[in-house]
Amino acid sequence: MQTYDLEANGLRGLNSTLQEQNGGTNKTAWEVVNPKGSHAIAVGLDSPIDVTVKGSTGYYCAGMNQQATVRVEGSVGPGVAENMMSGQVIVEGDASQYAGATGHGGLLVIKGNASSRCGISMKGIDIVVHGNIGHMCAFMAQAGNLVVCGDAGDALGDSCYEARLFVRGSVKSLGADCIEKEMRPEHIEILKDLLERAGSDAKPEEFKRYGSARQLYNFDVDNAQAY
Amino acid sequence: MCGIVGLFLKDKSLEPKLGDMLTDMLITMTDRGPDSAGIAIYGSEADGRTKLTVQSDAPEEAFDGLDGALAEALSSDVSIRVIDTHAVLDVAAGKAEEARSALAELRPGMRVMSAGDTIEIYKEVGLPEKVAERFDVRGMSGTHGIGHTRMATESAVTTEGAHPFSTGSDQCLVHNGSLSNHNSLRRKLRRDGVRIESQNDTEVGAAYLTWKMQNGATLGEALEGTLEDLDGFFNFVVGTKDGFGVVRDPIACKPAVMAETDQYVAFGSEYRALVNLPGIEDAKVWEPEPATVYFWNH
Repeated sequence: MQTYDLEANGLRGLNSTLQEQNGGTNKTAWEVVNPKGSHAIAVGLDSPIDVTVKGSTGYYCAGMNQQATVRVEGSVGPGVAENMMSGQVIVEGDASQYAGATGHGGLLVIKGNASSRCGISMKGIDIVVHGNIGHMCAFMAQAGNLVVCGDAGDALGDSCYEARLFVRGSVKSLGADCIEKEMRPEHIEILKDLLERAGSDAKPEEFKRYGSARQLYNFDVDNAQAY
Repeated sequence: MCGIVGLFLKDKSLEPKLGDMLTDMLITMTDRGPDSAGIAIYGSEADGRTKLTVQSDAPEEAFDGLDGALAEALSSDVSIRVIDTHAVLDVAAGKAEEARSALAELRPGMRVMSAGDTIEIYKEVGLPEKVAERFDVRGMSGTHGIGHTRMATESAVTTEGAHPFSTGSDQCLVHNGSLSNHNSLRRKLRRDGVRIESQNDTEVGAAYLTWKMQNGATLGEALEGTLEDLDGFFNFVVGTKDGFGVVRDPIACKPAVMAETDQYVAFGSEYRALVNLPGIEDAKVWEPEPATVYFWNH
């Protein structure tokens, strides 16, 4: 286990050290101490290393992650795992707004609550939130799965494309063109796998599925000429 | 972008350290607002006395003999404590309005930052660290305080445009965001006799709260009113003589973190601002909900 003291050694040093680790490294386990709410911790990683942040972070923790596993033993500020490509990000506490925004792949697990705009414009990422989510989550979501074990706030899935949204609790309101959809066996399978990987003991059968009604302007074939 | 910090003490033993803790929090928020900074401190109260904090760009001339001149105009004793560009005038309770009018005549161009039993407001253009140093904020004690670091968007970088704003006795407000309907609301409030000094959007927010409270609303009700009557983005943190309140607009895109322990309630635009508070590891830490009023009283 390698330990990096962020307060003593600075942010640039941390990110360049972590980014230098490639497939051949034997330094695969890292611990970041004294994060003290700093921004941009463990961003742009591209190797299968394991990073544990011992405390809460500020903006954009684990942004643009590829392959790495980043675990935060605390809460995270806005934009955790933004534009993640692959790998895993696990937050033991809560996440502020736009968690997992624009993510293309990988798994983001938030063990507490996520606030507004979680999964905004998600493009293939899987997000599992053990608690509740705020308003405008999965706005313009394009692909991937958002799983919420608690309740969802206002305007869930507004203007979404093809992402699957699973909510176990209540949904305060659905956004434009978002509807409840039938839960088929293949969805139960997807959920079962995600919940297991996210360490949740919630039952897939307790969830409802939401998604795009495909009624907005851009889904109408008569408008194809406009593009 | 702006930074907000606030600290409302429940534990009296922390009161001598209020200024010190707030200064650290304020400096941490320099990245969010390096152009100006300000602080409202709710300090000690003397029976039968009211404090006016005034500011002048030419303090040596403005404050020279001011206590004597004001005492003569009010026919009542006045004392003065000069701190850099600011001075705290101590006048008899009930004389605040009279003093304000007298000051406008005695020292045109001098600004009244705040008036009240316990409030003092200090604000200037410059880096938060420098501003805090100029007024020795670290040395201040009090029951609660609110600080602001400004990155201006809606009006010029001037002392006048810096936060906190105070438009009523012992009231103050700081703001992160921008209001869109401040011009029409300013006209409406002025017609109703509310004093608004600047072209700044936040001052209109502060004046709105004062106006609501003058019309019988509690601070909590006045804060609820902002959700209906103000258009734009806002995180407001407000102080009264014995209270501390927080409200975010329904979109809630401006960041906010709160922490509460048996000793204090704290607000920060970012968690970074709170990391050095005593017992923060075990504090209840949360993001205030959109369109929800939070309020604490002594």
